[in-house]
Amino acid sequence: MTHANHHIPDAMLKAYAAGNISPHFATLVAAHISMCETCRVALGAHEAVGGALLDVTKAVDVSSSLKTDVFSKLDAPFVPKPVFDRSGIYPGPIVQAMKGQEPRWKSLGMGIRQHIISYDKQGSLRLLYIPAGQAVPEHGHNGLELTLVLQGSFSDETGQFGVGDVEVGDEDLAHVPTADAGAPCICLAATDASLRFAGLIPRMLQPIFKI
Amino acid sequence: MTLTPIAVGRERKLVTNKRTKVSEQTEWMLAVRDSRDRDAFSHLFDYFAPRLKGFIIKTGVSGAQAEEIVQDVMLTVWRKSAQFDPHRAQVSAWIYQITRNRQIDMMRKGGRPIPEELKAEPHQEDDAMQILAMDQEAQKLKHAISKLSKDQRIAIEQAYLGELTHQEISDQSGVPLGTIKSRIRLGLERLRLELKGLRS
Repeated sequence: MTHANHHIPDAMLKAYAAGNISPHFATLVAAHISMCETCRVALGAHEAVGGALLDVTKAVDVSSSLKTDVFSKLDAPFVPKPVFDRSGIYPGPIVQAMKGQEPRWKSLGMGIRQHIISYDKQGSLRLLYIPAGQAVPEHGHNGLELTLVLQGSFSDETGQFGVGDVEVGDEDLAHVPTADAGAPCICLAATDASLRFAGLIPRMLQPIFKI
Repeated sequence: MTLTPIAVGRERKLVTNKRTKVSEQTEWMLAVRDSRDRDAFSHLFDYFAPRLKGFIIKTGVSGAQAEEIVQDVMLTVWRKSAQFDPHRAQVSAWIYQITRNRQIDMMRKGGRPIPEELKAEPHQEDDAMQILAMDQEAQKLKHAISKLSKDQRIAIEQAYLGELTHQEISDQSGVPLGTIKSRIRLGLERLRLELKGLRS
């Protein structure tokens, strides 16, 4: 299992346990937990709190037919939903979000490529491919951006991020992530708002590339 | 499963005075998992179904719809019982997770992304001490929750029941629930030890 140094913020794990985050963030959280036992443990603790709350909830009588209905269905044939396994560098939850398909990379220039997995008014989820040594244009964030490294590594003003690491970008972080030497850096990025680029040209491209 | 206290001498009384038996819920769940025991499932249903209904109603769902969700959740408990691992989760925590999954599935096309399952070694023996420890942790958590003020209780319910709306997730400060937080930490230690065993 990967040893991550940068983890999901605890408040976000709690929100994931409760189902209080967008599907974009939820996919990234589930992907990180697939790679990180520290966060799997922390999620387990939040679920234990949820379970304890369920345990102490005041019981409300259920209708008398409910139990009969449930028992009548115990032997009914049941087809479980398909589970997506890890495929190469992509953990199961990402494979699921891509519906088992390979990424279809689109060039953003400078060797950088992206594949948008999902995009709606709640935010976006996409894969980024950054060649070794390449910098991503300086950008800030209007909201929250989480970046999970799947291959290679990148560095920016706040540190180095390797496979399994998550960088949390918020309104206070304006950064120039640069892929380190070695294999191309492939990341999963989830946002709840558009990014702000410092340079004029990237800003003009923003609506086109949905970043 | 009953555990025999192994403490000797002065500590013996202390240990035997404690509950040295796993909870009924865990026993029932293990009987369902290991021998498809319908009586045990009936007990689980009687214990959890009314609590689940109360719990789901608190998320703003009508009584009738809540019962549909209770039905789905209890059927999942039966069908996916093989996934129940008492070393990693208490019955209530496992059912909490199933319930949230079901509610999110109903609201969103595509459902909730779930982490990959851990690949546990096959034929792993149940570790009674670990299961008991998890059970006792759950008891302590319940006790800690019962000690909360009304406001704190509402705050924690809102956080964990979730209204499925976008919340201020970057807020790291949280509410001052010192007891709960320390209980979570203890729970973490326990789970961490268990996962160490799975890693090797």
